[in-house]
Amino acid sequence: MADETLDASGLNCPLPILKTKKALSKMGAGQVLEVISTDAGSVKDIEAFCNQTGNKLLSNVEDGGKFVFTLEKV
Amino acid sequence: MSDDNKMTIIATKGTFDWAFPPFILASTAVAMDKEVTMFFTFYGLNLLLKDTSKMRVTPIGNPSMPMKMPFGPKWLQKIDFGPKIPNVVWNIPGADRLVTWMMKKTMQKHGVAKLEELRAMCLEFDVKFIACEMTVELFGYKKEDFIDGVEFGGAATYFDEASTGNHHLYL
Repeated sequence: MADETLDASGLNCPLPILKTKKALSKMGAGQVLEVISTDAGSVKDIEAFCNQTGNKLLSNVEDGGKFVFTLEKV
Repeated sequence: MSDDNKMTIIATKGTFDWAFPPFILASTAVAMDKEVTMFFTFYGLNLLLKDTSKMRVTPIGNPSMPMKMPFGPKWLQKIDFGPKIPNVVWNIPGADRLVTWMMKKTMQKHGVAKLEELRAMCLEFDVKFIACEMTVELFGYKKEDFIDGVEFGGAATYFDEASTGNHHLYL
């Protein structure tokens, strides 16, 4: 279960990343953030974001044009 | 934060369209834990003005610019008017206003952030903004014309900022 959910539907690059960063900055280490995006580019971008920031990408699911990511804050 | 993590962007263009790439890259880089400095020189100074309402995009001398309708029936939205309309048409007074308005509508429709929003995010994430002092004077700007949080400095200040790190972009 996620501690927080961020709905970034309808937003385009780089907003899903920026909003993810903002949401994570308000959370504690080990907490889980769920990000919902409709931007297909965010699939690669969220992965890259996690690579660089050390946050853990727990899952990445596509559900009818929506991309749902679960991130664990480092 | 290690010095390797630093990055700089030199922003030199001041039209509405070219205002986006520097802020998009800077805000994303800083969100990915980089330490970012932006140096604004020549027309890039426009990006730091309090009043950005005069920024325009024009198809004049801009042959790569696609021109598609942001609204209307699907078949109409697919047509790229860019190569179809002669450049002379864009000399009609007010044409650049219309084109700028259309680009804003298209961006809105695609969920692209507003310029001011991206700029505010950069500041919120502590991106350092440096305005080139020489061009500020050259173009007759006053320091009050610029948003809060802008520092002023010259080329040497830029190179001091860019002395470490491995991403330095000229846009």
